[in-house]
Amino acid sequence: MAKNINITINGYPVDVKKGKTILEAAEEQGVRIPTLCYHKDLCVAGNCRVCVVEVVGQKRLSAACATPCEDGMEILTNSLKVRNSRKHIIELLLSEHNADCTKCYRNGSCELQELASEYKIMTQDFLELAPMKNYTIDMFSPSIMKDDSKCIRCQRCVRTCSELQGVNALTVAYKGDKMKIATFFEKPMNDVVCTNCGQCVNHCPTGALVEKNYIEEVWEAIADPTKHVVVQTAPAVRVGLGEELGMKPGERVTGKMAAALKRLGFNSVLDTDFTADLTIVEEGNELLTRLKKALVDKDPDVKLPMATSCSPGWIKYIEHLYPEYLDNLSTCKSPQQMFGALAKTYYAKARNLDPENIVSVSIMPCTAKKFEANRPEMHDSGYRDVDYVLTTRELAILIKQAGLDFEKLAPAKFDRLMGESTGAGVIFGATGGVMEAALRTAYELVTGRDVPFDNLNIMPVRGLEGVRKATIKIEKPLKEWSFLDGVELKCAVAHGLVNAKKVMDAVKAGEADFHFIEIMACPGGCLGGGGQPIPTNPEIRRKRTEAIYAEDGDLPLRKSHENPEIQKLYKDFLIEPLGEKSHHLLHTKYTKRKHY
Amino acid sequence: MAYSYQLKRVDFIFKNENNWEKVLATTIKKKPEEIINELISSELKGRGGAGFPTGLKWKLTAEAKAKNKYVICNADEGEPGTFKDREILSRVPYKVLTAMAVCGYVTGAKEGYIYLRGEYKFLEEELNKAIEEFHYYCQETNLDFKVKIFMGSGAYICGEETALMESMEGRRGEPRNKPPFPTQAGYMDGPTVINNVETLVHTFTIFEYGAKKFYDLGVQYSRGTKLFSVSGDTPKPGIYELELGMSLQDFVYEFGDGDTKAVQVGGASGFLVPRKKFNDTAIGYQGKLVGISLPTGGSMMLFNSSRSMFNVLDNYLEFFREESCGQCTPCRVGCQQLLLGIKAVKRGEKPASYLEKLLRLTETMQYTAKCGLGQSVANSFSSIVENFREEMIY
Repeated sequence: MAKNINITINGYPVDVKKGKTILEAAEEQGVRIPTLCYHKDLCVAGNCRVCVVEVVGQKRLSAACATPCEDGMEILTNSLKVRNSRKHIIELLLSEHNADCTKCYRNGSCELQELASEYKIMTQDFLELAPMKNYTIDMFSPSIMKDDSKCIRCQRCVRTCSELQGVNALTVAYKGDKMKIATFFEKPMNDVVCTNCGQCVNHCPTGALVEKNYIEEVWEAIADPTKHVVVQTAPAVRVGLGEELGMKPGERVTGKMAAALKRLGFNSVLDTDFTADLTIVEEGNELLTRLKKALVDKDPDVKLPMATSCSPGWIKYIEHLYPEYLDNLSTCKSPQQMFGALAKTYYAKARNLDPENIVSVSIMPCTAKKFEANRPEMHDSGYRDVDYVLTTRELAILIKQAGLDFEKLAPAKFDRLMGESTGAGVIFGATGGVMEAALRTAYELVTGRDVPFDNLNIMPVRGLEGVRKATIKIEKPLKEWSFLDGVELKCAVAHGLVNAKKVMDAVKAGEADFHFIEIMACPGGCLGGGGQPIPTNPEIRRKRTEAIYAEDGDLPLRKSHENPEIQKLYKDFLIEPLGEKSHHLLHTKYTKRKHY
Repeated sequence: MAYSYQLKRVDFIFKNENNWEKVLATTIKKKPEEIINELISSELKGRGGAGFPTGLKWKLTAEAKAKNKYVICNADEGEPGTFKDREILSRVPYKVLTAMAVCGYVTGAKEGYIYLRGEYKFLEEELNKAIEEFHYYCQETNLDFKVKIFMGSGAYICGEETALMESMEGRRGEPRNKPPFPTQAGYMDGPTVINNVETLVHTFTIFEYGAKKFYDLGVQYSRGTKLFSVSGDTPKPGIYELELGMSLQDFVYEFGDGDTKAVQVGGASGFLVPRKKFNDTAIGYQGKLVGISLPTGGSMMLFNSSRSMFNVLDNYLEFFREESCGQCTPCRVGCQQLLLGIKAVKRGEKPASYLEKLLRLTETMQYTAKCGLGQSVANSFSSIVENFREEMIY
């Protein structure tokens, strides 16, 4: 156990564990020290210097985030020297920042703005530097916009892209006054190795990196009487949305969200969880087919391990960095795109609507989904399958603009068709969820029995560890699956692309003999997605995870194949899993991309 | 007027190095503790400018427990007005290599690196020849120590020790947070001694002649000699080895052109001393001898009355605006504000009182910048603006 040491903070004696930083020690005492470059997800940079504090006896101030407490330290977090310096630093940041706040997407949710307000920076004596630099806004990506004039060089995005994602799309370029955050050779964001995961957006303190928003487009569609606007909501949105609307992390707002969407004027409020269930049926069958081809037919063209394909950030990552493994990806589209393809075919037919007049909107915890919807192959319905993708944050903006008091809304249910879902669909929002849902279905398909875990909870694949492995032994299968008798199904789950790299490198080196791997681009899975409320940090991800599993536990149906609407879909329309219609509408192919 | 000439020229550093093999052999016959104690008793302080006691640095690294330790010779000589390390490396490279090997012996490091400034590429070939011969000697005498050259790429900030290590590890040259200090976790997270070229040569002098001889030179708190790179308005620019502790007045008697208006001590990141303060200023490390004591990496720039102090400051600030690594706010934005600020005052776009606001800003930069560079950028600003305010305005 670490030893305790004695320090004082603002004159009050405090007992802290050795090794804690001044920032952590102060936080424990309820003393907040302002920060900008600090983020709980990331390594300490100590470069914004906003968190400087005075250590009595030292002439220079210390960055609280980067300085470990030492025995006997007397720390002042609010002395005149600290205040003056801190104010200077905020003024300096503002002088370099395009502080045209009323025209900024992050107006009201900007950490620099908050600090300026807290310290009442009422005048700007320093020269304004932003107008002297010829900044342009990079709007080329369908997911992310990068505006250097608002960048405060905290490098949170750089650390995010490298430490959490291992992608390094954003790095620091130049030095001195020209120092900036840049892509490879300053190419536009859509032309570099960027997965569009949006973690940089989620970690940016200002409006320098924001999602490309489609708020006005959606309002216009809603207002157009000739359009039938359907909306689908991803599993992770229901455990995050509340945070943007004044509620605590981990609040489940499924019913309120459906109620709000109805009040916003969507013609039909449906659920991505429905197509998550559909994904499981398709993907589960695909896995079993692959296993049969590999184990019985010894088909050399069948690739194992099979990897999940729900996360568009992960898809773009593998397309760039492991293109030789594209055949290992499940050919299943993501639930969003399955939904889009069905909305303009199955749903249109059932509701007797002209697909031409359907506008398909999705609410996603994700910015990569915007890119995914934009992919040229996602037009299998004959139209663009998903027209507009909004993040959880954008939905919150719609709700605020509509003047809805979210907390007071009476919960409502999703509409039908394509609004019914099971617990297996909900857990798609958490890392390990797709794996768990797939195992619940596949195991039952093969053996006729429930997965051998208490209350269907496959605990080994749950959790927030970067890479998790599990093995499930198949015993006494049904006759047609007898070749699987005694087979140990080996699975791996990874979240955050830096962990995906670990799994893929193990596969590449031939050190891993997995059958099935689930990979989610974002830490924690979709609930920690780039489109989720800001801030997202380990503590908040943990609460959202708990909420997801609670949601699963409370649902009457918890296995995808038991979803009555899914059964009806196969009966009326798709005929069978992996059938001809499925192949056409629900499966896709991938593109090899360059990797510089 | 009584004129007491007190400059003491010395000649240790560039004295021939033919005996390096002998010095090395006799030194590493001693116990590491003995060598450390000798260095500590010599009171040698780092000659890069910061003045950390060299013996203590070696001691801390020797005491650190780790598999891999390193010795780095900082030859990223980038301070404007300094050119002594270049001379050392081209004239007495074996002294540097010997000192590094002794340091390796004392601390347990088996690898040494010379971080050579990008612009000194022309020294690389000769230096490599010396290293080759040095390795041959090491092999013959079973001394397990290897030296490699690491070429810098011309960024001023890489002279800062932790930025230098970042650069060596293949990353962008940006200073790290301290602690941990290099003696605990430096290059590749191993305990590392990083010394300026000149510091290493002084250790050679101490090994050769003993600590006492070194200690007897200079004054209290500032022992030994120092190389000075003298430039500017002087009839005899060049490199001089002088005893520490001299008064700036004596220095100007020797090197001035009779019309010296001010001397910039310590390069762009140092202080400007106006004529009226020459007598009160000593060159050495912080102590309480005469008035102010200014440490220096050795750059002494003399300016005569034909020079505009505004232009001098403008030039320094241009340099820093570009050479700040850009990582931390006070240095990156502060340098831009100082530079543009004095221009705005000069042009009358800002009132003269704006200089006071900028002076307060320099205090913040000193208190809050992440590294030694950022903390000292403002030295030239405050010393020039305080002493030549009218030149800034009119």
